[in-house]
Amino acid sequence: MEVKQNKIISIPTYVYRLILAVLMVVFTIYNYWVYTSSGQNTIPVMSDQAIDGEILWQKSNCTSCHQLYGLGGYMGPDLTNIISRPNKGPIYTKAFLNSGVKAMPKFNFSEIEKDNIIAFLTHIDRTGYFPNKHSQLEKTGWVNLKYKTSKNIENE
Amino acid sequence: MNKQIPIGFIILALFALLFGSLIGLLSGMQYLSPTFLKEILPFNQLREIHVTSMVSWIVLSATGGVYYYVTVELGNKLYSNKLAAFHLILFAVTGLGIYISLFTGKMGGREYLTFLPLLIVPILLGWVLLGINYFKTLYAQVIGWPVYMWMWGTGIVFIAFHLSESYFWVFDYFREDYIRDLSVQWKSYGSFTGSWNLLVYGTAIFLMTRIKGDANIARSKTAFFFYFLGLANLMFGWAHHIYPVPSMSWIRLLGYATSMSEWLVLAYLLTQWILSLNKTEKKSHPLAYRMLMITDIWVLINVLVALLISIPAINHFTHGSHITVAHSMGTTIGINTTILLASVIFLLSRIIKKEILQNSSKTIFAGMILFNISLVVFLTSLIIAGIIKGQWMYSEDANIYSILMEKIMPYLYIFMISGFGLFVSLTLIVTPLLRLLLRRFIELSKSS
Repeated sequence: MEVKQNKIISIPTYVYRLILAVLMVVFTIYNYWVYTSSGQNTIPVMSDQAIDGEILWQKSNCTSCHQLYGLGGYMGPDLTNIISRPNKGPIYTKAFLNSGVKAMPKFNFSEIEKDNIIAFLTHIDRTGYFPNKHSQLEKTGWVNLKYKTSKNIENE
Repeated sequence: MNKQIPIGFIILALFALLFGSLIGLLSGMQYLSPTFLKEILPFNQLREIHVTSMVSWIVLSATGGVYYYVTVELGNKLYSNKLAAFHLILFAVTGLGIYISLFTGKMGGREYLTFLPLLIVPILLGWVLLGINYFKTLYAQVIGWPVYMWMWGTGIVFIAFHLSESYFWVFDYFREDYIRDLSVQWKSYGSFTGSWNLLVYGTAIFLMTRIKGDANIARSKTAFFFYFLGLANLMFGWAHHIYPVPSMSWIRLLGYATSMSEWLVLAYLLTQWILSLNKTEKKSHPLAYRMLMITDIWVLINVLVALLISIPAINHFTHGSHITVAHSMGTTIGINTTILLASVIFLLSRIIKKEILQNSSKTIFAGMILFNISLVVFLTSLIIAGIIKGQWMYSEDANIYSILMEKIMPYLYIFMISGFGLFVSLTLIVTPLLRLLLRRFIELSKSS
């Protein structure tokens, strides 16, 4: 089929290139800010043990079933605050790791590996809350999150 | 250009779509019966095989389309056929490597890119090769580029950038600060999706110009306005993925402010296009046209869902629920897949006799009907399950996950049945297309 090429009033290409250039500059600055931003809480960086736990978390692809901050699969529960949640905690969590219950694969983690995963989850737990039950919803549609500060933890 | 290369990309893409749908079905079965296939292929492998196959379907079919349209349809001589052939072989071999990694459980990457992290290197190289070929072929005529060429060009560059960004976790600077790491991770995923959407929507606009026979669709000020708006959204509008994460407020606020408009882009363009179509134009590519009509409906539904869940107060209850899945599946199946199937049908109509394609049109049309019915039920069941989960998360029972699973189980059954419907419908649509493409690919191989 023949394609029509009617004359239309169009903007010169240099204008489009200029807009693209401006967007790219703003994007570069924005990226710098995002990459250098930390969280709202001031907590220490992850320990080597927690990083080892995270590596194991990735290799086992735990995120396909579990979520952290609601991000991940929905076969199992969110584990953001599994360490500090009432009736849960490190011992409870550790007991599950090699259990192979229901859809959970039968892992064969060593004691050291289990400790590493617990260290990772303990670090996550310190960073914040999910679900954030005490956050404030505003009329503008904005949500003010409750941050996990040492003062907030004391009050709980 | 050697037509075997784009056809090769599309054949791989269609295989990935069929295989990914089948694996999706098996994954769904594990929701209903957690021990199903668990010993052979547990959910932590099955889900990733499904996700990777579906992402492969989108990017491979879009890439094949770009190669074909830039050269054969738009009459440009490709800068290097050898680079394009190497690109195809590289992706085919890497795809095999990814499946071996996932089937054997030798993973180590992050969500959506779970395979062995080293395999990202040939993937990135493939995008660089495509970028070299694309810009070397077309840059001399950048003055007067229609909007789809801008979309394809920026889409290729941003895919390469955001794929690299999604591996920043390998650096200690990011890895040690969990909130920064998580934010950058989801920034890359959100923008990677936006980048492949540039390829897909560029394809949709290209198809419009061809089916309607009006090149001005892709040169209007409106088209460029929406293109730049979409690009700004890709860059700054990803933060709805991390609203509950305690990152700096300005990141989330900026995301909220910019994420309200992205889906209006295609809805506006498609609606304008369909309103201005006349009957003769509709008949020139009836199957491709019908497929794009379907896209238009799904765009409108997804615009609504996307806008709602981008409002933090609503996202507060939907984040981490099945509504997020409904949104992502609605866009990848309802929008991306229908546009790309339209593209495959259009491309086929250019390389085989129309009567041959016509012979399969009844099967494909039956598939389209079943596809839409199944998708409506599929998404509705997910949305209902999501509403229940949203309520559960803030209830007294939130500590006991089995209570939630019991509550949503009836909807998971409906989800599973409609998922089966989707699989059957996609098989009805894809099988004849794949058969015709393979036949053409073999004919071209023999003649060369």
